[in-house]
Amino acid sequence: MTEAAAHADDHDHAHDEHGGEHHGDHPKWLQHHWDTPAQQFDAAKIGMWAFLGQELLFFSGLFVAYAIYRTWFGEAFAAGSHQLDRTMGAANTCVLLFSSLTAALSVRASQLGKKSETTIWILLTIACAFIFLIVKYFEYHAKFDHGLLPGSFFGTPRDMLSFSPLPPDPKVAEHLQELPDHTHVFFSLYFVMTGLHAIHVIIGIGVWVWILKRNLRGDFSKRYFTPVDITALYWHLVDLVWIYLFPLLYLIDYVPHGGHH
Amino acid sequence: MAAITTDQHGHGHGSGEPDVDYIRKSKGLMSWLITLDHKRIGVMYLISVMVFFVFAGVMALLVRAELFTPGRTLMDPDTYNRVFTLHGVVMVFFFIIPAVPAALGNFVLPIMLGAKDVAFPRLNLLSYYIYVLGGCFGIFSMINGAVDTGWTFYTPYSTTTNGAVVWMVMAAFIAGFSSILTGVNFIVTIHKLRAPGLTWSRLPLFLWGIYATSILQVLATPVLAITLLLLMLERTMDIGIFDPHKGGDPVLFQHFFWFYSHPAVYIMILPGMAIVNEIIATFTHRKIMGYRAVFISSLALALFSFLVWAHHMFTSGMSEYANMVFSALTFLVAIPSGVKVFNWTGTLYKASIWVASPMLYGLAFLFQFCIGGLTGLFLATLATDIHLHDTYFVVAHFHYVMVGSTVFAFFGGLHYWWPKMTGKLYDEKTAKICFWLIFVGYNTVFLPQFVLGSRGMPRRYYDYLPQFQFLHQVSTVGSWILAIGGFWMLFMFVQSLRNGKKSPWNPWNSAGYEWGSPTPPPLENFNKQPVFTRGPYDYHLATDAELGEEQVK
Repeated sequence: MTEAAAHADDHDHAHDEHGGEHHGDHPKWLQHHWDTPAQQFDAAKIGMWAFLGQELLFFSGLFVAYAIYRTWFGEAFAAGSHQLDRTMGAANTCVLLFSSLTAALSVRASQLGKKSETTIWILLTIACAFIFLIVKYFEYHAKFDHGLLPGSFFGTPRDMLSFSPLPPDPKVAEHLQELPDHTHVFFSLYFVMTGLHAIHVIIGIGVWVWILKRNLRGDFSKRYFTPVDITALYWHLVDLVWIYLFPLLYLIDYVPHGGHH
Repeated sequence: MAAITTDQHGHGHGSGEPDVDYIRKSKGLMSWLITLDHKRIGVMYLISVMVFFVFAGVMALLVRAELFTPGRTLMDPDTYNRVFTLHGVVMVFFFIIPAVPAALGNFVLPIMLGAKDVAFPRLNLLSYYIYVLGGCFGIFSMINGAVDTGWTFYTPYSTTTNGAVVWMVMAAFIAGFSSILTGVNFIVTIHKLRAPGLTWSRLPLFLWGIYATSILQVLATPVLAITLLLLMLERTMDIGIFDPHKGGDPVLFQHFFWFYSHPAVYIMILPGMAIVNEIIATFTHRKIMGYRAVFISSLALALFSFLVWAHHMFTSGMSEYANMVFSALTFLVAIPSGVKVFNWTGTLYKASIWVASPMLYGLAFLFQFCIGGLTGLFLATLATDIHLHDTYFVVAHFHYVMVGSTVFAFFGGLHYWWPKMTGKLYDEKTAKICFWLIFVGYNTVFLPQFVLGSRGMPRRYYDYLPQFQFLHQVSTVGSWILAIGGFWMLFMFVQSLRNGKKSPWNPWNSAGYEWGSPTPPPLENFNKQPVFTRGPYDYHLATDAELGEEQVK
């Protein structure tokens, strides 16, 4: 890994410091309980990976629920999936993948100590996150207008912002009639899964803004770029979850087992 | 020079200026509330968990008092449901899960590692305040109608009953994140902050236990979080995931819930076992027999705990095949548990045992853990479980593990590390009297419940048949004895703070690493970086000076 190279000089004096009294060479970003920058960096990385482990398990419950209900209501899931806008979903997938690239490039730039380049990559990442949310907003809006809502709200079109019922539209009503039973289960999971993912995107924007601020303040250097690095790790996870959500929600078809349908 | 390089011998007691302990280092309430010092955070956790413990304990006393006679004794049935739910929720999420790792672990873990603090001190403080926020939600739910679902929040009851279910579920959800962050912090601390010489094979068994616990906290708690989130959405937005009318499945909730809550049992018991290792080693002056087997069994318990969740659901209508698999897997848990008991017993065998108050709790742990563990086998067996499921037998079984084991170990740890934390000694004679009251009271509460349950008394019931009355009354009287012992113990600790004698630096003559730092420790735990050249239980290598043998026992 690149950071290993960047920290190679720190590793050298990792071992001769123990037992010594001198802490005078502690840079201000090195917390008092660490001996070396490398130790602090590794700790932050392990901590983030452990946190990502808990994120995976956090989402795992939803994937299990998805697997069970798709097995039970395969036809309804396929029908629900066809109601989603594949173009928007695919566009958002591209946007998020690109943002993972810009996030990775921001890490690289900060490892090389290029402050203004880091700023640009972080800004691009944040911009992608906003584009993603805007596209998501329009997708949600259409679902609300068509009454494709979770659980008992399914079938009653609502205004997205006020949540008040919309005047009945015969075309929408007729269309909803054609959907198989239990399509609302698909939309329950659709909204919970993409909603939780969107919350992660919003939190990610908040963290990136904070990183941007610190970068502009000049907190980072060749020797200290840990926060950029671990924020990008988190961002990759947000991207990764979407990579699973997109095909599972947008790209499914119903294939009956044993052909008895 | 000594095998552990410490500053004890160099600086003496209070003679050098770097010796100001963490308590006197800075003054004022704010210096505690915004502290980043793991020791102060540990103490704040300790105070908080004790407040919740006393509250939930009073709830338990009310439950027992209500059951003194059949029919109405004190309260109406709805209140009764709320009281036992509060007892369960508060004990599980706000006392027992944070009690050992977050309170005692926070204090002791970095010192045992020879570190100055945990890896992420700010995260540590954050997880404390997340815990407090969860507690506030819990309290808000109580004054807002409380909850009558039991601590398990089973659907569909929890989605249809009145009351402040969402608030209480939110409280548990938030407290869960505190637990996750503490777990992350401890895993990283153990990986990255071990002092020179502290190899994995010298890691104190307390830390192995905390390490296994932390893995569970990080990997199991998020599953509870998503489950509770779905439950909140079910109640507030009617998404129908667990509602059979809408195609959902209530049994899925049980699977999700126990996928967390079974590992949670190990989040509760592993730290208890971890403490007992330290206590037994110290009071026998021996290396724990089969050190390697003991820590591997901790990790094995952590692993197995993920594979047995559905044994809580044998009567929920799973397939017989699934029941058989989960029953068989459940029996596996007995192996690492048995290994531990065998090794502890082996350590005690022919040892010269100093039966001080912490050791009394340690020995009671061994005795009660055997009862709790072995009665679990009855419940793992499919045929007997059908009879015993949801009876007082189950109540007694898990209280033997949760209280008889974990809480006793927690008390043992509290006595054991009390001098370390406060620099004060408590009155040993009072401690022993309290122990016997707690021990006798505790067993009087729960032994009769095995009999009640096997005769068919269902758990959580408000009313019962007259033939159960005698045993219920024995149990209730036991709860009074237990309460006297418990409150007296608390009073003893308060007395110790007020006018306890100053503790010597190693009051138990332990070779454990944490006793190598001054008592109470200074801000950065050691006056200079310790170097460990022997294991924490190597009494044959520890010098008299390290063991504090020159002091009077």
